[in-house]
Amino acid sequence: MNDVRRLKILVADDTDTDRLILESIVRKEGHNVVSACNGLEAVQVYSAEKPDIVLLDALMPELDGFGAARKIKELAGDELVPIIFLTSLSDTESLVQCLDAGGDDFLSKPYNRIILQAKIKSFNRMREMHSTMLAQRNQIVQYNNRLLQEQMVAKHVFDNVAHSGCLNASNVRYYLSSLAVFNGDVLVAAMRPNGSMMVLLGDFTGHGLPAAIGAMPLASTFYGMVPKGFSMTDILREINGKLKNILPVGIFCCATMMDINFRKKRLKIWNGGLPDCFVYHHKETRVTPVKSTHLPLGVLSNRAFKDNCEYFELEQQDRIFVWSDGIHEARNAQGEMFGEERLKGVFSRSQNPDLLFDDIIEGVQQFVGSREKDDDLSLLEIRMDEPARVNSFAKEASDRFGNSEIEWTMVFEVKPTSFKVFDPLPMLLNVLMEVPSLRAFSSTLYTILAELYTNALEHGVLKLDSELKKTAEGFSDYYELREQRINQVTEGFVRINIAHKTNENGGLLKVRIEDSGEGFDHQSRTTDNLSSFGYSGRGIALVEKLCGTVTYLGCGNIVEVAFSWVNDD
Amino acid sequence: MEHLDYDTLNTLKQVMEDDFALLIDTFVQDSSDRIQTLRKVITGTEADLIRRAAHSFKGSSSNIGAPQLSSLCSALEKKVLANNFNGLADDLHAIEHEFAQVEILLRAYS
Repeated sequence: MNDVRRLKILVADDTDTDRLILESIVRKEGHNVVSACNGLEAVQVYSAEKPDIVLLDALMPELDGFGAARKIKELAGDELVPIIFLTSLSDTESLVQCLDAGGDDFLSKPYNRIILQAKIKSFNRMREMHSTMLAQRNQIVQYNNRLLQEQMVAKHVFDNVAHSGCLNASNVRYYLSSLAVFNGDVLVAAMRPNGSMMVLLGDFTGHGLPAAIGAMPLASTFYGMVPKGFSMTDILREINGKLKNILPVGIFCCATMMDINFRKKRLKIWNGGLPDCFVYHHKETRVTPVKSTHLPLGVLSNRAFKDNCEYFELEQQDRIFVWSDGIHEARNAQGEMFGEERLKGVFSRSQNPDLLFDDIIEGVQQFVGSREKDDDLSLLEIRMDEPARVNSFAKEASDRFGNSEIEWTMVFEVKPTSFKVFDPLPMLLNVLMEVPSLRAFSSTLYTILAELYTNALEHGVLKLDSELKKTAEGFSDYYELREQRINQVTEGFVRINIAHKTNENGGLLKVRIEDSGEGFDHQSRTTDNLSSFGYSGRGIALVEKLCGTVTYLGCGNIVEVAFSWVNDD
Repeated sequence: MEHLDYDTLNTLKQVMEDDFALLIDTFVQDSSDRIQTLRKVITGTEADLIRRAAHSFKGSSSNIGAPQLSSLCSALEKKVLANNFNGLADDLHAIEHEFAQVEILLRAYS
């Protein structure tokens, strides 16, 4: 029983008798036959007919079997075309010659039908396997190319989002492969409004696209929050929370984050999971290691997240070195790791601190061997220097802070025609946000202003009674009434007075809101309003919490709060 | 050793079916050509040509089921391979004689 599908088989033999017999056998097996009488014809017929299997006589005129076999294998290229030599040659040398020429097997004379049948079956199996393998290989090549393409697109996006920020400052040196993001390494840096520099070096677990993808939310959060004046711990917490929510379990980011204040020569540093950073004191030429005392970002919930940092008072020319584990884990040909001892060795041997950065890189490269890739090395050096010499931003910020007391006052009055259509709060908040130190408090300040303005407008000018809001039905009545009265109001005002004053450590913002209403008996108001959980009165309790004090003046139509803050330097 | 191996012949007849007669004719023609070639080259100095002719004849006669004939051709082939050119005419004669026998028997079979 023939259980191989119908194949096309080439029979090439110069002896008519033998060829005839073989053709008949092959036909009887259920296959199609194409024939040739010599080597040259065999190659031609192969080229024209592309048979599945070739039966080739070893000794033929024109081109003998060996030459024909070579040519046919060449023509076949990637595909597997089994060549079976027909021969009554029995000496080893000749048989070896057959195999060397590209033959896959022999069939000896006299031809045995059963044996031929078995060989055809076996070779067909091989052919089909080979064909499958080629198809899969081609698919793999395709997928691989697509993957590389996708990575290039991703890299383009990353380069725009996770860019190097202010790392071109004159006191910063860094070494980061352009493909570092696919090793999970990301380095971001930006100037804070107060002239300090905030830097974060991160190392995401894994490789390739999964490692790179975390860099996006990290970088966009970082570059969004730093210019707004948020503190390092606020930003760390925000990034941690984002990564914990976005990344799958098991993927996290080892990181070191720093806040470097050039004016006050202070360093604040948080290390979660990266190798010890080194603080280099140039006078004593000694190194203080900053160990990792936290879990990496993206592991703990924000509730459990620890944001305590280490602080250093530095001197001019002191340096801080930060790195991912690429340096420690670099391996030489023997499989040894570079390790912390060798790194410490570079520092102890150094004669010139300016060359430390280069010494480290050279040390690792020599250890690993020049032919090896070093796209795993990520290294950062920041030197403590005068703000004026860091970059222009630092200089300007420093000049600004030179005056320790900045004062201004603003008065804004909302008149009747504006009540219905104009909400002064966004505009007022915008003005406040121009003060760099206040940017971190935007939602707090908005809450305060909103509550006080709303009270002034609704209770003072529109004379709505807050008692109404104590019940659910009264609530909706209240707002109906509000809508009515705001459409009808023709007189009254709300005057907002904001006074801003900075000092050495931070500043004070005084907000006074006066309305044209009759006020209330503020004298008899108890100070313990925090326990009031009715529909009304919650707002003032909140403002009290945020400002410390809420004072009523005049007949109760003037409210004053003082919001103080401390610079996070 | 027999002149014809009837098992082989029977199998061939099965395979060739209606073409069996054609096969016999082809073999007879092939063999005559082969013998002619041998006659020519046997007196010459090109050992390779003699060997090849003998080799091919050996192959086709084994396929047709003429073991004695095939054996004679094989002996000639080996002899020339060993650079022994003595008495080649006699060897050819024996081959011709054997072939004549085989031809008769083949015609009788079909």
